Amino acid sequence: MDSHKYKVVIIGSGPAGLSAAARAAHYSQEGSSHLLLEAFSSPAKTIFQYQKGKHVMDEPGFLDLRSPMEFVAGKRETVLQAWEDGLKNCEVNVQYETEVVSISGENPNFIIKLKNGNEITSENVILSIGLQGNPRKLGMPGDDESDFVRYTLEDPAEFEDKTIVVIGAGDAAIENALGLAQQNTVHIINRKNEFARAKEGNLNAVLAAINSKSNEFYCGYNTNVKSVQLPDGNGQNGAIVLDTPDGDKEIACDCIIARLGAIAPRRFVESCGVQFPNDKPDSIPDLDNQYQSNVKGLYIIGALGGYPLIKQAMNQGYDVIEFIHGKEIKPADHPLLEQQFKLLPYAMDAQKVLELYQQRVPMFRRMNALAFRELIIESNIVIALDEELYTETQKEEKIARNAGVSKLTKLIKAGDYIFKKGDYSNSFYTIVEGEVYLDSGTGKKFTVGAGQFFGEMSLLSGRPRKAHAIASSDCILIETSRRIMIKLMNSNDEVAEGINRIFITRALQGAFSPKLPNKELVQLAGTVEMLEFKANEEIFKEGEKGAELYLIRSGTVSLSKGNVVTVQLQSGDLVGQMALMGNPVRLHTAKAAVRVEALKINRQQFITLVKSNPDEIKVLQKNLAELMKNSNSMGSVVEAAETVSFLLDKGLGEATNALVIDETLCVACDNCETACAETHNGISRLDRESGSSFAGLHIPISCRHCEQPHCMKDCPADAIHRAESGEVFIDTSCIGCGNCETNCPYDVIKMSYDMPKKPSLFAWMFMGVGSGPGEPKKVTIDKKAKDKGKKAVKCDACMDLKGGPACVRACPTGAAIRISPNDFVELVDGR
Amino acid sequence: MHQNLLKYKHYRYLKLFLVLAVASIALYFSQGEDQPANGGTLQGYILGITSAFFILLLTFLGIRKRSYSSNMGTVEGWTSAHVFLGTSLLLITTLHAAFQVGWNVHTLAYILMLAVIFSGFFGLFAYMHYPRILSSNNNGTSQDQWFDDLQEIDEKIKNLAISCRTGVRLMVLSAIENTQLDSTLFKQLRGKDGSKIRLQSGSKQLVTNKNQEIIIDILSTAIPNSQKQAEASALNEILTLFSRRQRLLKIIRRTLQVKAYLKAWLIFHIPITIALLAALIVHILVVFIYW
Repeated sequence: MDSHKYKVVIIGSGPAGLSAAARAAHYSQEGSSHLLLEAFSSPAKTIFQYQKGKHVMDEPGFLDLRSPMEFVAGKRETVLQAWEDGLKNCEVNVQYETEVVSISGENPNFIIKLKNGNEITSENVILSIGLQGNPRKLGMPGDDESDFVRYTLEDPAEFEDKTIVVIGAGDAAIENALGLAQQNTVHIINRKNEFARAKEGNLNAVLAAINSKSNEFYCGYNTNVKSVQLPDGNGQNGAIVLDTPDGDKEIACDCIIARLGAIAPRRFVESCGVQFPNDKPDSIPDLDNQYQSNVKGLYIIGALGGYPLIKQAMNQGYDVIEFIHGKEIKPADHPLLEQQFKLLPYAMDAQKVLELYQQRVPMFRRMNALAFRELIIESNIVIALDEELYTETQKEEKIARNAGVSKLTKLIKAGDYIFKKGDYSNSFYTIVEGEVYLDSGTGKKFTVGAGQFFGEMSLLSGRPRKAHAIASSDCILIETSRRIMIKLMNSNDEVAEGINRIFITRALQGAFSPKLPNKELVQLAGTVEMLEFKANEEIFKEGEKGAELYLIRSGTVSLSKGNVVTVQLQSGDLVGQMALMGNPVRLHTAKAAVRVEALKINRQQFITLVKSNPDEIKVLQKNLAELMKNSNSMGSVVEAAETVSFLLDKGLGEATNALVIDETLCVACDNCETACAETHNGISRLDRESGSSFAGLHIPISCRHCEQPHCMKDCPADAIHRAESGEVFIDTSCIGCGNCETNCPYDVIKMSYDMPKKPSLFAWMFMGVGSGPGEPKKVTIDKKAKDKGKKAVKCDACMDLKGGPACVRACPTGAAIRISPNDFVELVDGR
Repeated sequence: MHQNLLKYKHYRYLKLFLVLAVASIALYFSQGEDQPANGGTLQGYILGITSAFFILLLTFLGIRKRSYSSNMGTVEGWTSAHVFLGTSLLLITTLHAAFQVGWNVHTLAYILMLAVIFSGFFGLFAYMHYPRILSSNNNGTSQDQWFDDLQEIDEKIKNLAISCRTGVRLMVLSAIENTQLDSTLFKQLRGKDGSKIRLQSGSKQLVTNKNQEIIIDILSTAIPNSQKQAEASALNEILTLFSRRQRLLKIIRRTLQVKAYLKAWLIFHIPITIALLAALIVHILVVFIYW
């Protein structure tokens, strides 16, 4: 046992740990000792394992770095070198290849047990082990990481004409296998009989590779690894023995890449006595303002503490050492907080305002203080002022802007729209002071006050705003983007439940206008069940007896009679109300056209709702009559209904703006593609001829601007947005990771280099300079574009063009139009 | 929702056409007794200037079509106007010329204009008629997919042919090798099947295999004559594949032909338009010089 007791031991040498260790080394000169432990053989393992030459970003740009370690955006190699140098220069006491097995005790008596049997004692412990965890190993002799058995793949291009066995069925395994497949023989080994965990794009790609005869790509389903035979010497082949449904099988190979996922660090963290607020996999331990966990003297920083960005993590590393040494410093992001509150009429310190706000909103009250701080910094603080004060404050704003402040309190005039009905914005608003009026434009009006929130409809359904929101004077709002809100809802049950409850309450209000006291309505909302249906799942069947109706929360539901789709319904619509308003036998089969979330309302709940406001029954009956009329008129024209079935089948149910070509008018001139390329830097975002056709309608490969865009799902740079007018677009912060390309089920996103500039039409026509209009067939990519790399490109519905989509406006015959599901009936009726 | 270019905005340009027709006829008959109808009267000038302006406007479609971010109407609107204004020129220019023709540059311009307009009528017919044929011919499959299918069938046939006797095998391969799909616009328009086959191995002579009929005949007679069962079943499969191939080739050839029709008229329409513009300039200059 090491008899020396350290002031602080830092576990994990990622960006957070490195920065903490470097700052601790500074205090070592004052006699306070430190030690940095790292299980791997070099610092920052996660970044070390990035692909060669990968660009490491230093987001968020507005935050300053506070660390003795250097860090600027750059190539992986440069970043790592700077840290190696920093470790030397700061004289950090570091031990590599030292794995910690357990931590026990609390301040000032921690005992840290190591894998080699040694024990270390310390007054404080900083956990900065990140989230990557340790890769799960094969679990048999010879499975240690070596040139033959690997658990990561840095660079697929490193391998050529080799035989490689990839083990695993997740996205990492599939991506590695596909990356290698172009120039190698690849076997992918799947324990199960399908790739159920894979993203749709990866799934399709791997199935295509398996089925294709042109490449050497093989898949073993229901296959386990039995043993590994290491190669005898350098350059020799090793082998793997597999347990397959047809008996044992040996494959000689050059390399085995096992992507079996990681052992999450949570269990280890819990073994130290740290508590987590819930059982969700992405839950973050409870920490105080100084990053201290419930175990006194045990601090958690970096990704494990909910701060996945390098710069943030490094700042935390610095701050936490200061706290341990009793220094009361303000966090590096304090100025950001001050700017957020700058134009508010308070004289309080920003930290105090933050605490006050958290108390104001019941839903946020029990939130982790750090998480709330993060929420405020990432949101906008909006204040609505009366004319006079507004003009005055605007001057103040101008001065601050001139001083170079980028993000400030957002000013609006009292009485202005926060959003308008029909806008495609999806931010979420929390009121901390004052009131906001919601006006549906159809006579329904609400007032929401301090502590309440609004905007949850569009946040959850992806549909346009259902009402105008108007700010009263002096009201103060927290405006949070959809991405941040979804992240919060995933990590905080209370917030998720609170929002869901209000969503249901307001949805019921919208659908039934009940005249119930608010308390009773909220209570009723609490009993309503939320159901989720996968695409193509049946909600109920024609001929069944039913006793409940459904209120669609997100997605599209199709109603069909026999095999013929007669109506389709969207979020906010009721499904199956006939069963409660007359005939209990279902007249239709209701099917989820895309993934659907719906609220199930039973007879009891329904009766309570409509009894409270009998006038509303007439409205419901009228709507139902309208639905029956539409359904029957569609049902009587089988061809039309078949066409709608086709459109839904091709995923147009979740579209908001899709290109549909009438084949009987299309003269195949491709002017639509040319126009697209010409208005979008030489790259067409639509492929006219590909895609599917039915009964003279053609759906080309082009973006449909989905209600809940699949592409937005995991964009690490947050580069994909939805414009207020509904267009989904990619901004210039795209890093070219290709996630959106993989996630899009409709193949409408491509990765592309910047095209060289085009000559003018006249220069091309009369002087033969460069290539003509449209996407150039042969093109040399210049060096600048190559250095920048491929970026994702997709249709933006020409949101920047005054006249609207160029594809439609360039069609000489009227064959191309853009429509949303609301237009289906008109589309097929007119044929 | 989809609306063809003639119906554009509730027949906006058809209505304009009718107004123009009535107005120009009225203008024609307003020419007095003392000065007989001619291009040189006031009315004649108005008709002439209108015609020249329309010709320029119609020519401008080529530029508007390529001004992809232009906000000046839609290309469909321009095309609709192009059709109706173009048609109205038949009447307006005839009235401008007051039915006089002769062996001169003026009549040359007139005839060139007629050629442009009538080639345009064919184009309009093609645009109205052929997309429907293309759509039902392709039946939801794109041209690239047809070619992919064809290639796949060819691969299958080649693999199966290995187990056939040499003579048949070589004929099968030569039928595939000498299948002809035309690449030039003119040949595509004709749509003639120039596919051939070599019946005797080693012989230089190729005979026609139009519509794959010869090879299909050969295969069907070879099946009862095959000595091995494996060969018979392979031949049977090849025969099925060739029948499928026959259908595919028909579809592809028809697709190419229809697409060629949709393009070919422009090859005529546009150069004559240029010639018309030249003749028009000469016509105007000559009128003023010899006034």
